[in-house]
Amino acid sequence: MASAAESIIEIEDLDFSRGPRQIFKNLNINIRRGEVTAVMGPSGTGKTTLLRLITRQLVPDAGTIRVDGVDISTLNQAELYKLRRRFGMLFQNGALLTDLNVFENVAFPLREHTRLSTRLIRHVVLTKLHAVGLRGAADMMPSELSGGMARRVALARAMVMDPDILIYDEPFVGLDPISMGVIVRLVRQMNDALGISSILVSHDVQEISTVSDRSYLISDGKVAASGSPDELNRASSELVRQFMHGMADGPVAFHYNAPNYAEQLLGRDTE
Amino acid sequence: MLRDLYITLRYFVTTFGAMTIFLFELLRHTPRVFFKRFNLVVGQVYNAGALSLVIIMVSGLFVGGVLGLQGYDNLQRFNAEDAVGTFAGFALVKELGPVITALLFAGRAGTALASEIGLMKATDQLSAMEMMAVNPVTRVVVPRFIGGVIAMPLLAGVFSAVGLLGAHLVGVTLLQVDVGAFWQQMQQTLEVKDVVEGIFKSFVFGMIASLMAVWEGYNAIPTAEGVGRATTRTVVITAIAVLISDFMITAAFLKG
Ligand SMILES: Nc1ncnc2c1ncn2[C@@H]1O[C@H](COP(=O)(O)OP(=O)(O)OP(=O)(O)O)[C@@H](O)[C@H]1O
Ligand SMILES: [Mg+2]
Repeated sequence: MASAAESIIEIEDLDFSRGPRQIFKNLNINIRRGEVTAVMGPSGTGKTTLLRLITRQLVPDAGTIRVDGVDISTLNQAELYKLRRRFGMLFQNGALLTDLNVFENVAFPLREHTRLSTRLIRHVVLTKLHAVGLRGAADMMPSELSGGMARRVALARAMVMDPDILIYDEPFVGLDPISMGVIVRLVRQMNDALGISSILVSHDVQEISTVSDRSYLISDGKVAASGSPDELNRASSELVRQFMHGMADGPVAFHYNAPNYAEQLLGRDTE
Repeated sequence: MLRDLYITLRYFVTTFGAMTIFLFELLRHTPRVFFKRFNLVVGQVYNAGALSLVIIMVSGLFVGGVLGLQGYDNLQRFNAEDAVGTFAGFALVKELGPVITALLFAGRAGTALASEIGLMKATDQLSAMEMMAVNPVTRVVVPRFIGGVIAMPLLAGVFSAVGLLGAHLVGVTLLQVDVGAFWQQMQQTLEVKDVVEGIFKSFVFGMIASLMAVWEGYNAIPTAEGVGRATTRTVVITAIAVLISDFMITAAFLKG
């Protein structure tokens, strides 16, 4: 087990349900400081939910989540906001503020939390936009951006406060191969150059193995496997092999719980 | 049957309670937001006002015109057609100005607020603010609430003024009521208390309409359907709440 000094986020015996549906049971995860940790899992297993739990947008039914050794359920609103300023989060669909243009979206956290001069803000924002290749789009409104562009702007916004922990929810979806390569390298570079810890949710097994130090594969509310990309690739478990190699048949059901297909087609399930 | 009644009643009471808490939360943040985010508030006053101004002026003009016609028809049976100005003034300043403005405001600005906030929620914008350690209540909800509360009395004033113009056009220009009688009688009969009643009403209705709009938007189920439903409910609930409280305020002012 990693000690507190090595791990920046520790999740212990986490339970969480949405209505009658139990999403996590007894989940244990350790995010190590300075590493890129990937969270993988079939669609709908609760990867986004996990990120929301880590940042206390949701509260677990049981179990503890510690950030830097502090149990986040004990924080009051002011302390929580202080903690959140150490996080940068890229939402699955970007979540840009629709009433502000691209520049102002990236400048938003700076304007809210710092007293930097207009010139300095301009400098910082343009630097971040340049890093994601969208300096030229500074004056556009979010409604004028494509999905991939919006996510890159959101990435610039997530980095703008120089956070300690960067959280990416599906950063590679909808990117062309060129932007994808740039973003993958950016994730890695920021992590290493700035000493950030990163959590990355993705289905993209290929990209993940190039960028992550350690991966968790979540299935059925539990950690099904964890380890370095190599370890996962060599893992003998059926489930891991199925996921890593994209096979439809195996322990992970491709189908959401449903009545027997043939019977339903024949209309027998209604009887 | 009894159970249904119980469930409905309980739902009503809990919702009302939650809404009251929400209102206090908004009011608690109001002074700080007003001073610290003044430009946001101004923007929202402008937004709410600009959205509703044209329909309120057009409606005011025609409501005033109708008051001129009906008032004249009714009053001339008592040979009192000179009082048509007073009649229209009373109706507009004390009742129709605040009430109709509130209903139009709910339909135009209220729905826009509810769907805007609901959509921000559905597209994770509110969560994103939370994650950037910015409280969406102070950044998004309170400025819109204050904006609506400030805009409503102004709009009601515009409605009454344009309404009087409409009554004048019909009464004086069309039906040849004496100009002096029209305006002087009105000024003599209409007391400060009546104007205060009108302003008070428009202020309360502004609170109701803005509160319902931001409440519905903020608590909308974050899907396209949920936002649609929240928008509809904003209008319906505002209308009912405004009409009920109008009765109560009127009764209170008559007694006091
Ligand atoms: N607001 C909600 N209310 C009820 N259930 C929800 C809600 N949000 C998500 N869920 C359920 O929680 C489960 C996990 O959702 P989540 O969004 O975390 O999945 P995910 O792993 O991120 O999937 P994807 O890879 O498709 O983004 C899903 O089965 C979903 O049906
Ligand atoms: Mg997700």
